[in-house]
Order: sequence, then structure tokens, then C-alpha cells
Amino acid sequence: MSDATAYVLLEDGARFDGLACGADGHAVGEVVFTTGMTGYQETVTDPSFAGQLIAFTTAHVGNYGVSAEAMESDRIHARAAIMRAATNREDAPGAEGGWLDWLADCGVPGITDLDTRALVRHIRDAGAMRGGVFPVALGEDEARVLIDAEPPMDGRDLARDVTPTEPVVLEPLGNRGATPAPLTIAMLDTGVKDSIVRNLRERGATVELHPCTSSADQLLARDADAFFLANGPGDPAALQYVVETVRGLVGKKPVYGICLGHQLLCRAVGLETYKLPFGHRGANHPVKDLTTGRVEITSQNHGFAVLGPGGARTIDDDRPVRWETDFGAAELTHINLYDRTVEGLALRDVPGATVQYHPEAGPGPHDALHLFDRFIEEIRQSRIGHGRPDADSPHQNAGLDAPRS
Amino acid sequence: MPKRTDIRKILIIGSGPIVIGQAAEFDYSGTQACKVLMEEGYEVVLVNSNPATIMTDPEIATATYVEPLLPGPVAQVIERERPDALLPTLGGQTALNLAKALHEDGTLEQFGVELIGADYEAIDRAEDRDRFRETMAEAGLRVPRSAIATTVEQARAAMEEIGLPLILRPAFTLGGRGGGVARSAAELDEIAARGIAASPIGQILIDESVLGWGEFELEVMRDRADNVVIVCSIENLDPMGVHTGDSVCVAPQQTLTDKQYQALRDQAIKVIRAVGVETGGSNVQFAVNPQTDEIVVIEMNPRVSRSSALASKATGFPIAKIAARLAVGYTLQEIPNDITRATPASFEPTVDYCVVKWPRFAFEKFPGSDAGLTTHMKSVGEAMAIGRTFKQAFAKALRSRELDARPCPPAGDDELLDACELAGPERFDHVLEALRRGRAVEELHVRTRIDPWFLGELAELALEPEAAEAGERTFKAVDTCAAEFAARTPYYYSARERRAEHEVERGERPSVVILGAGPNRIGQGIEFDYCCVHAAMTVRASGRDAVMVNCNPETVSTDYDTSDRLYFEPLTLEDVLGVCELERPEGVIVQFGGQTPLKLAAGLAQAGVPILGTSIDAIDLAEDRGRFGALLARLGYEAPPYATAHSPEEALARAPEVGFPLLVRPSYVLGGRAMEIVYSQEGLEDYLRRVGADHGSGKEIFLDRFLEDSIEVDVDALCDGEQVWIGGIMQHVEEAGIHSGDSACVLPPHSLGDEVLAQIRSHTEGIATALGVRGLINVQYAVDRAGRLYVIEANPRASRTVPFVSKAIGIPLAKLACRIALGERIAHFALPADPVGDVVCVKEAVLPFDRFAGADSLLGPEMRSTGEVMGIAHDFPTAFAKAEAAAGAQLPDEGTVFLTVTDRDKPAAAGVAMALHELGFRIVATAGTAQAIKRMGIPVQSLRKIGEGSPNVLELIERGDVRLVVNTPVGTGARVDGWEIRSAAVASGIPCITTMTGAMAAARAIAAARRGEPPVFSLQELHREHGAERPGAERAASNAA
Repeated sequence: MSDATAYVLLEDGARFDGLACGADGHAVGEVVFTTGMTGYQETVTDPSFAGQLIAFTTAHVGNYGVSAEAMESDRIHARAAIMRAATNREDAPGAEGGWLDWLADCGVPGITDLDTRALVRHIRDAGAMRGGVFPVALGEDEARVLIDAEPPMDGRDLARDVTPTEPVVLEPLGNRGATPAPLTIAMLDTGVKDSIVRNLRERGATVELHPCTSSADQLLARDADAFFLANGPGDPAALQYVVETVRGLVGKKPVYGICLGHQLLCRAVGLETYKLPFGHRGANHPVKDLTTGRVEITSQNHGFAVLGPGGARTIDDDRPVRWETDFGAAELTHINLYDRTVEGLALRDVPGATVQYHPEAGPGPHDALHLFDRFIEEIRQSRIGHGRPDADSPHQNAGLDAPRS
Repeated sequence: MPKRTDIRKILIIGSGPIVIGQAAEFDYSGTQACKVLMEEGYEVVLVNSNPATIMTDPEIATATYVEPLLPGPVAQVIERERPDALLPTLGGQTALNLAKALHEDGTLEQFGVELIGADYEAIDRAEDRDRFRETMAEAGLRVPRSAIATTVEQARAAMEEIGLPLILRPAFTLGGRGGGVARSAAELDEIAARGIAASPIGQILIDESVLGWGEFELEVMRDRADNVVIVCSIENLDPMGVHTGDSVCVAPQQTLTDKQYQALRDQAIKVIRAVGVETGGSNVQFAVNPQTDEIVVIEMNPRVSRSSALASKATGFPIAKIAARLAVGYTLQEIPNDITRATPASFEPTVDYCVVKWPRFAFEKFPGSDAGLTTHMKSVGEAMAIGRTFKQAFAKALRSRELDARPCPPAGDDELLDACELAGPERFDHVLEALRRGRAVEELHVRTRIDPWFLGELAELALEPEAAEAGERTFKAVDTCAAEFAARTPYYYSARERRAEHEVERGERPSVVILGAGPNRIGQGIEFDYCCVHAAMTVRASGRDAVMVNCNPETVSTDYDTSDRLYFEPLTLEDVLGVCELERPEGVIVQFGGQTPLKLAAGLAQAGVPILGTSIDAIDLAEDRGRFGALLARLGYEAPPYATAHSPEEALARAPEVGFPLLVRPSYVLGGRAMEIVYSQEGLEDYLRRVGADHGSGKEIFLDRFLEDSIEVDVDALCDGEQVWIGGIMQHVEEAGIHSGDSACVLPPHSLGDEVLAQIRSHTEGIATALGVRGLINVQYAVDRAGRLYVIEANPRASRTVPFVSKAIGIPLAKLACRIALGERIAHFALPADPVGDVVCVKEAVLPFDRFAGADSLLGPEMRSTGEVMGIAHDFPTAFAKAEAAAGAQLPDEGTVFLTVTDRDKPAAAGVAMALHELGFRIVATAGTAQAIKRMGIPVQSLRKIGEGSPNVLELIERGDVRLVVNTPVGTGARVDGWEIRSAAVASGIPCITTMTGAMAAARAIAAARRGEPPVFSLQELHREHGAERPGAERAASNAA
């Protein structure tokens, strides 16, 4: 093997050598791994990876190049890519560029030819931790200083880094539902993936993306049909200001959340979150939908989770157990069959539901795409419940048709 | 949903003999399923005609029927056993077709047997091309444009409409038998005619060509609650146009984007739901146009398959085991993942390595056949390699093939590129060579349509072959989850990394390494895997850790349940030493995996690894002709005269002293490769010209006197160095000159006298003790017309017949041999003096001539069979009839028989004709043969020779007027007399017997069949019946439990 030109150093001193690729220089942050076998470009552009260095367990990365259609946001959010065997392949069918060229152009360092399995086994046993990718020219002592300077993920607000500065309004992309009634969803954008927005728009919804610093009053003033809490990076416990905002929304309109949004809604109604040892990142986690009994293979990307009733980290059987929240009962709707952690719940006394996993896939399996249909249907139902029948809604919604991007 | 309690007894149908397209993978799947259902408390009734399987070991099922896989015998089993359910999805196409037949003829309904796993409708929707297309269209899925034809004219019309090239496949055949790619109208006519003939319903499907598109397979599982998971994706390196069984494949897929892959995943789920496979695994094949993202569904198999076995081994997710549990009502969530034990089976495995599968071909055994690869599967085995990267896996796969001869790419660059373009058995060797010579990836992509990513990786491998082996060898685990969870299952492969970080948990117990047989090939098949599995069971039972090394994904030996630790590695000295270095085993067992491990024995011993059982010196003593000849001389045993020559000139000079006819062969071959009988100096010259050109000079040439008209005998025996115990003496049905692997054989011998048998026993004892065998020995003899006994050869290792003998006598020879190798003595086993009961067992070979159009179907000294079946009855003719029926050559009960034999065989032909005439058959023969028959007063019609006008025999065969052909040839070599007749018979599926002893046995069998369907019985009954005392068996079985 060629002599090492770069290495990964973890805060506990573990070191893994490889070859530098992508951009020059170093990167530090939390080192996590994903077990997904497809969709490297979607992965690194997912804003939830902000502040993190991603180790890909799949052996080969870069095989089909990169293309515009695989973007989950406007840029790479991961701080580095750690790989066993990376290739550039700008000539792949459908490729608009090579993977490694693109990493370099985006200023993101990579490391390849590294024993990712040894790294993953280390993280699995020791937990996710801070670390960095460094060129060999940069010595371990210096690297340690850089790692120590990086704040730990616990208590970290990274949503502010990825949220839009101004509200953005996005038109529907056609209507896959039966009723062509326009619907508006106000999204509290803590780093939303394009796939979530696209899935809502494809189902006839206008989606407004709001900065995560927006207040409840500002959001309520939009008179949207529902609120959506996005995925995003960092520790939900550090986003107390968002939690406060969400508290102001619950009960007023239906509120839905995915991933970080799920954790924020749960915290807003009084539930607790905790950090998982090394998180769930991949595309093969089985999640049971307790409302249908179906097991769905899901896309996952989170390092924190919601505690079950009574503060339990796991839930022993497949029953829809309940929590008492500040807004009435909440009922478990989804459970992870790998480690029996909470994957989703529904508020029973006010409209709202959340899932921890990623029904929008991108990358990953499409088993749970139907969840968007369920959300949309509930929003429509709740609108009927609020005396706003669909029939003549275009006019009633006119006031919301403000700026469009 | 818990398991079903309304069913108690389940019938499982195996896949029968190993044939191309249906091989050892069904032993792996079937064994897993039987074991799981037994563990779940069900009674399992198994029907499988293949004795060489672990599946048919008596302890695997409640009742095991080694009977022909035909509706009649299976209906008898159903009537006797009254199973509640039939699980048809584990025995390949054979079991599905049989289940369909039993449904259609009302047997299942009559006896109240429920089809579980896949019901009749689902099987029919997947298997009937027309219904499959409709089903796909209803599900909104695209399939290639196509037409169905039952005549060549209809096929022509379809060509006008769809255009060329077209893919033609017969309905309801294994591995696309009889199909092909038509690029011209002439090709279309030929393939259509062949395909219509090959289809049991006389139907072919004609498809729009998607040649050059990427070919992908997804392994899908569904449970009763409609949960679906994808176990594995497999990508073929060879683009569409080459049967997936003949393609080099990689898992997981490497070239699709997430969007493309998820589209395939969505479609695969739609397919399994639309076809309606209620529970279990299915395989869905797709073609993907990488430029346009177009996807078409090619086919789906509503059952476990070769690909599912590959997917199981590639991921660690045991598809058949889980399919069996799903069939009895569990859901995926209720089944634990064996490997993590902490997580359920309702997930999708993720892998952090690369798996490459290589097919193993045998074209050299079928001269005259076309070695081009098409949609018609031709490979006889496969090797799988696991590497950390594609390059590592590919390099390992190259080694795992164990080729007899190095591929020789054409010297000229143009010829080389042509060879790359033509899909053939050595295509990737040629591609590597072209890349080595500096041809560009783009150029090769244009020529071959192989995805540029693969070509790019191959180019690196070609230019820097050592790079794939750089770094330190480190053993990593196959764990289904890319290390996300701790693995409990010890399934390992070697990777190359910067730093070794072994994941093997070796423990403190002593270990014994068992070397497997590598990829299946003709001459080294499933029988050896059976022996290796028995060795592993025995080592475990002895309190040691059994460590398996093998690279064949089809087998039971590479099931991680079989051993304490499985190393999925090539069987080369370096790779095996790598395992030994880590394991530090008590010793290595080399006598069960055929020639492959035997060849490594000396190198291992040299490196200081102890060889258990028979010593290296004893192996050499048996294999070295000079030393063995001297040993026989010392013992005073007769052997045919022989000589060893080092050049063609020397061979010609020494031939007269050995005497004609001569059996001649190169020194280094297996399974009688390139072995021929020559009758004269001219014949020898011709042989040396043909074979010498292939094999170069300097190699040894072996000459042996061929004992014409003698009877061949095979003996399997145990020896502990001092004591010898004879397990079985088998008499070949075909006379000497037919390779023992291709000859039917009978246990006990049906026509040998007590005196000869006694001599065979004492010779076997003498040879085994003189060699100092510790374990198994196989000795081959010939008995000439005067009753003189000659020793042909002795092999101090497990032979091909070990499983057959073990099943016939109810005593597991391989297990006992392994116990001897571990230090036990025969005296401990309390074995009966004569283990043979009152049944007659016949082993018959199954030949793949129907796959190799153009090759002669003549039997000879070169082995060409792929598998075997067993017939058990209380008399020889009935057992033979059962074996023939099981082998697929069902003998006719009436009609016309055609005979054409050599002058030497004419007296015997008259005897056969007499027997058949008395059975009411009409006899037709060529002039000379007819004359000999007429002289005996038997009515016979004389036919013209081919080329002498009508009516000739070819017309009769093609018209279906002839039901049985008896043809003995003159001379040997390519395309000898009678070739057209035999080819026509093979093409028409008519039994063609090429020896007079075989013909006489057939006549007797037909007579026996007249007495009605022979009764069926289970091995368990037989073993109870004919041996109250089975001490060896019981002890070994209880130890293993």
C-alpha cells in the first residue's frame, strides 16, 4: 500500500492512516459513520451532517460521480469524507463531475484507503466522538490541539448555521393527492433536506421555509395550514429557543416533525431527549409502524433520541405506549426494531405527529414515503375540522400567495 | 404472528441430481430448511433422488425418500406419509414443476396437502411467461417487448415486428436450457426450433434485446404480514446477454446511483407482491440502461435460487432458513438475525466489503461444442471471493477458480479485442490482458459494454497486480451490518489493510482445519462437500473447534452453521497458510475435499502444519505410479501393464511393450481429463498430435493396458493403519473404459462370485495397510472375463461414492474416517462384518450433453457427468429402473427401439433385442446389426444409413417414432461413428445407451417396471430394517447432536 499521506485522529488518541483526497487541509468535528450503501452525494449534502466527519462503511465511494439531481441542499455540510476506496469517475453515465474533484472544489477534505471497518468498530465500542482528518504533515500534537478546540456535539446549536436568513416560499410541484386544494405548510427550517420539501410540494403543498429563529407569533401570522419541523444538525437540547417557539405553535395548528424536528416537538411538549452512543446513520433500520403493523426499512441519520414513558431509553414491546405531556396524551406510533428506541409518536389531544427517521429517503428506501400522504391527509382533515372546507379554498388562501422563489 | 400449529408434517422436495443450472445451492438451501423445520417441531418428509447431499442424510429429516422426482413416486410418498403441507420453493425448478404437476393432477387436493411458501397461482404467474408479462403490466412495470411462439413461423413473424437481435427462451426449463440470442434470421430459425423442442409445453418466449444493458438482481423476502426486505443486490459484470449463472458478478451493486437503485428496489417489491409469493425469498432480475435510466423486469423466480445462495453467503443473511420459518407463519420481525442475535431479520443487510463470483466452466470436456456464453447457462460451478475492495475480491476470485490450465489470450491485439467482445469463459482474462497491454478503458467499454467503473478497477488490477495484495492480511467478519452491531457468528474473510486487526475470536479449544473442495467442477462435485461437512460435524463432536476453509458459495460446508469458524478463502497454499498462522490448528484434514486439498498437503507439511490422517508419504506412495507399482508387485497383486513416457516419441516407443488397447492420458489431470483408449500405434499417434498440442511437451504421458470387456469394481474402505473395514463394493454396470464417475454402479455387486469378492476384500486390506492409510481409501479394480482381478488404482482419500455407500449401508463412512484421522481406532466402532442389507442400490450418473450442442454424447474414459442419482429397491432391475427414471432418462414402456452396434457387440445386441422383443417392443436396426438380430429369429426392420436416403434413423428420431436408442461406437476421439444419431437422441430427449451392459440392464429394468410402480421407502426404514446394530452411525450422530 502507498505510504499514508493523511490520517484520522480521534479525541481518545486512536489513529487510522490513509491517503489524502478531496480538498487539501484538515477538518475537525464529530466523527460518525453511516452504513448506507448508496447515495454518498445526498449524504454529504444533508444539512444534518453539519459539524460532522462522515465515515462511509460501504467499500467504494464515488463510483457514479456527482450530479445536480442528487443534491439535498445547496452545498456539502459534512466536514470530511472518510472512505475505504474512493474514486473520481467523472465519465460515469449521468455524472456531471467526479466525486473527488467535487469534494476538492467544495473545499472538503477526504481520506481514502483507510480501514473504515476498524474505525467503525472503535466508534461502536467507544461512542461517537470528536476527531479530525489531517495531512501527515500536520503532527499529532497539533492535531490534538485542533480537536480539543472543537466544541463537543452535546449542547451544540448547529441549526443557526444552516437555517435560511429570510423566509422562502416554494410552490407546489403538481398534485399527487386526490383533491387539488392548495395547502400551505410553514416549515421551521433547522436544516431541511430538499427531499422533504419536494415530497410535500409534490403532494400539492406550498412550503414556506422560515429561519429557525422565527418566533411563534411570526409563524402563526402566516396562517399556514400546518407547521413542519425540519431535520437538522446538532443537539436538540441546545435549541431551547426553537423549543419555546414550537410550544407556541402546538395546539394551534397541526405540527409535524422529522428527525431533529421530532426531537424538538417532543421537547416542546415536555418530553426528554438523550444522546445515543453512536447514533443511527444508514438506510437499513427496521421501523415498525404501530398503526399499521408494517415494518418499514428506513433511512436514518440522528445522534439523539427521545426518551420513552417514564424515562426509559428503550420500549420492550410493540404496543402504542403513552406519555402524558404538557399538551395531553402522546402515543408511540413507530419503534426501531434494532434497538427498540422511539421512532415516532402522535399527539392525541392536539393535532401533531412526528417521526425520528427519514420517510423522504434521499438516500435510502422509499418504504415510508406514504407517511407524507398521511400527514397531508391529516392536515386536510384538520382543516375540515376547523371549518375550512377544501372546495373553495383557492380564494381563502389568497393572502398567503406572497413572495415565491 | 406465531408459527402455524394447524400443520404438523411438511413435505419438502429437493432438486435432484446436480445438473447445470441446478446445483449444490439447493443442498445448502434444502438442508437449512429441513433443519429449521425440525427445530420448530415439525415432522419433515423429504424426497430427493440425489444421494450426494447432506439434505438426504437420515438425521436431517424425519423420513427421507431417495426416490425419483416424478409425480408417480412423489404421489406414493404423499399417500404413505400424509403430509399436511408441501413446501415447494427449496428444490429449484424441479420442485416447482413437480408441485405444479401434483396440483394439476389432483394429488394435492386428494390428500389434503396445502402448498405453503408459494401457492399454485403464484408459481404459475411467475413461471408462465405470458401470465408473468400480464402480471407485470398490471403492476405498471415494463418488460421487454416480446412475443410467444409455438412454431418457427410464429417466431419469424415476431422478428418482423420487434426486430433483431432477439432473445429466445423456452418456457419451463432450468437455467434457460435451449435458449439463445438470435442475431440473424438463420440463427432465429435454429434457436427457435431447439427452444420449442426443449420446452415441456412447446413454447418459447421471444424478447426485445436489451443486450449491452446492465444486468442486476435483487433478492427479495416477504412475510405473511406483507413486510418486504431486499437482502442483497447483485450486479453482473457481463452486460445483458450472458446468463447470470455464467456471468462474473459483484455484490453489492456498484454502479447505480441511489435513485436508480431505489427504483429497482421499489420495482422488486412490486414484483413479489404482484406475483403473490406469500412468504419466502424470490429473485428478481432487471436490465437497466445506464444512459437513459430505463428499467425492464427480466424475470423472477418465486423460490430460493443460485442467486439466493450467493446472496446468503455474500451477506450472512440465511435466506433459505428464514424462508422456511416464514412459510410456517412467522414474520420477519419474529425471527432473530443469527449473526447479531440482538436484532431481528426484518432488516436489510449492509456490507462493507465486496464480493465477486466467478463461474467455473468445463468446455474442455465437450470438444465440438460452442464455448460462447449466451442466455443458456453452461457453467458447472462457481467460486466466490470476499475482499475489502472490488480489486481484492476480484484477485481472490481469480485464484479461487483453480483452473487446470492458464488462459492464453491471443497474441495479436485485434484478436485479443475480439476475444474481449465475445462473451466466453475467459473473457475477463482477455480484458485484463488488453488493459495490461495499454488498451483504454473507453475502447474496451465500447467493445464490451462492461461498465467503465469495473474496467477502471480492472485496469488498475492489470497494471499493478501486486497492489491488491499489498498491506497486511487481516481477518474480518461477515456480519450483515457493517460492524454497527457486534457479530456473534464466526464467518471470516481475509482483507488487506495497512495494519492487521483480526476480528477472529479463537478461544482456547484446539482446532482442526478442514479444507473444502473449491468450486464444483466435473470430477469434483458435491460428494466432496458432503464429506467435508461430515468431517466438520465429527471434529465438533470430538470437543475441538471445526474450522472450514472453502470458496464455493453453493455449498453446505460454507454455511456458517456447519463449523465453529468459517474462513471464506481461496484454496491456495498461501491463503490456507494465512488461516493456519492465525488458527495454529492441531492439524489440517486434506482427505475429504477431493484433489484440491490433497495438492496442498505437501506444501502445508513443509510449512510445519500437521496433516491429520493418512500421511503425505502414503498419499505419494499411492499416487506415484512407480512406487505404487512396486508396492503391488511386493504384495503379489496383478495390475495392468503400464509405462510412463516423457515425450510423444517415448510414448510411441514404449506402447508395444505395454500392449494395445491402451489407456492414455497426461499425468496431471482430474476426472479422466483428456484420457482416451487407443487401439493401435496410429491411434496413439493421432492422440499425441491432438492432446500434445494442447498440453505442451515435457509433461509425463501415462500409458496403461486397457482391459477390454472387463468388469470394473470400486471399493470404499476405512483403515486405521492396521485394521481395515470394507464399507462397500460396487460393480459398474458399464464395462471397463467408461469413467467410474459416469458409469452406473450397483451395491452389492450383482454378478461377481464369492471367490472374486473375497479376493477384492483381501486385496483392499493388503493395499490399505501397506499404504498406511488412516481414514478413507478407494480402490478400483477390473475383473476380466477369466475372473482375474487387477488393481487399477488406489486413492487414499474420500471418493465420489462415499455418500452413496454411506446411504446404502446406513453407516457414515466420512464421519468414521474423520474419527480415525483424529486418533480413534476401527475397533472402537463395533462395526458389522458385512453392512449390506437386503436391498440393492444403484447409482446412476447424470450427463449434461443437452447443454453442449455439438459435443458427442458418448461415454468414455473422460468423466463428463455433473451429478448422480440413487435408486433403491429389493432387486437390481427395479433399482436400475428407478435410477434411470431419476436421472431423467425415463425408459420407455413400449414403442420402437433402434439398435446400431459394432461387430464386436453384435452377439450381445441380439440378446438385448430378444429381451426387448419379448417385452413387445418393435426393433429397428442398421443393416449389419439387423442381420445379427434376424439370425436369432427376432423380427427386425432394417434402416438405411444416414446419407443413403429415406427412411433413415434421424428422420425416425426427429419424428418421435423411436423411444430408445442403443448405439455402441467404434474408436474414440471427436465425432466418431454414430455421432449424429446420438446428438439427435440427446436433442430429442430420448434415452441413448452406448454400452451393451447398459442396454441389457435397461431391458431388465423395463421388464421390472411392467410389474407396476415400484414401492417407495425411506432411508430411515431401510436402515432400521436391515441393521439392528448401527453402532458407528449412532455414535457419530449422537456426538454431532
